[in-house]
Amino acid sequence: MSDDATAYESLADAHGGEERWAFGTGFDDPLAGVDTTVPPGVDAGALALECLALGDDALVMSQRLSGWCSNAPELEDDVALANIALDLLGQARLLLTRAGHADPSLRPGGAPAHIPDEDALAYFRQPGAYRNVRLAELDDDGDFARCIARLFVFATSRLAQLTRLTDSKDPVLAAIAVKGGTELTYHREYAAGWVVRLGDGTELSHQRMQDALEWVWPFVRELVDDPDDRAEFDAVLAQVLRTATLVVPAVAGDGARGRSGQHTDALTELLANLQGVARAHPDATW
Amino acid sequence: MSTPGQDANWPLYEVFVRGKRGLNHVHVGSLHAADPDMALHHARDLYTRRNEGVGIWVVRADEITASSPDERDPFFAPSGDKVYRHPTFYAIPDDVPHI
Repeated sequence: MSDDATAYESLADAHGGEERWAFGTGFDDPLAGVDTTVPPGVDAGALALECLALGDDALVMSQRLSGWCSNAPELEDDVALANIALDLLGQARLLLTRAGHADPSLRPGGAPAHIPDEDALAYFRQPGAYRNVRLAELDDDGDFARCIARLFVFATSRLAQLTRLTDSKDPVLAAIAVKGGTELTYHREYAAGWVVRLGDGTELSHQRMQDALEWVWPFVRELVDDPDDRAEFDAVLAQVLRTATLVVPAVAGDGARGRSGQHTDALTELLANLQGVARAHPDATW
Repeated sequence: MSTPGQDANWPLYEVFVRGKRGLNHVHVGSLHAADPDMALHHARDLYTRRNEGVGIWVVRADEITASSPDERDPFFAPSGDKVYRHPTFYAIPDDVPHI
């Protein structure tokens, strides 16, 4: 036991006497030292919409993944999926804050004045004002293979997007992209591990993983709309699916709809759940 | 991964986390996983989510050879009265923190 005490004491020592090691120590602020004014030469309106789309993807996906907590096949995967959901929620908070800062007119009219932009955007927009891809909002009906298939294509695509955005002219978006990139590298690794395990597992798991891919595929075209991202996406998919003995579905999919606010009923349902408390108690603080 | 006919439960792994460079790995708990690689990922998710670690070891619990509580006295009692084996008679320099 004395070894444990030494290890934890030294952790506390290393971070300015912060003794709450059980709650973690030495955390980094992703925006430390970053000037948050929108730099000249950056179109604030376009920046806000870009942040809004990325933030909505993360928020809605986070909410979907949270639904797996206590429902995954193993306790360990409950925690893994909840961790990923929380990573995405963290990205959503930064991105929605950035969107609200860059274009204050995005803030919905019905939101109480005392809540920050991120909460106003999350809790007081109608489904039609959300800009997430439809892939994120789909209800996977508690099918773990679907959860994994969606997470895999989502993380692969988002990692490509964020890697590109580390060169953004907006230093805040660039910093968020750097932070998110490390997180997504792990999300992709986690999901790819399961794609291979199920795809190259038993006859039943193989079939269910292939079915799950067919389920997400119609929404992939909307998900990955940048040609450079798409090239990287296709390369990663080909490599993992080959290892998993799965085949790339032949469905073409339709064009962007979620990005222009046309969503499925699944989003209305999801937002009713997400926004219920904040709307019922608009004066609440948290 | 488990195949039909085998035990349906995943094997138990013990997890050791290194808090930071220069410290030893310390046993923090256990988990279930289908293979060592999955055990490592699960350990990352379960035991380092509050920024506790820079290194993880996992080892299958049934691969560990442990001393038995029955042998406690023959194993450990003989060292109980030999205080001279402790290096407590040396001055430790202030800049050597982890002894």
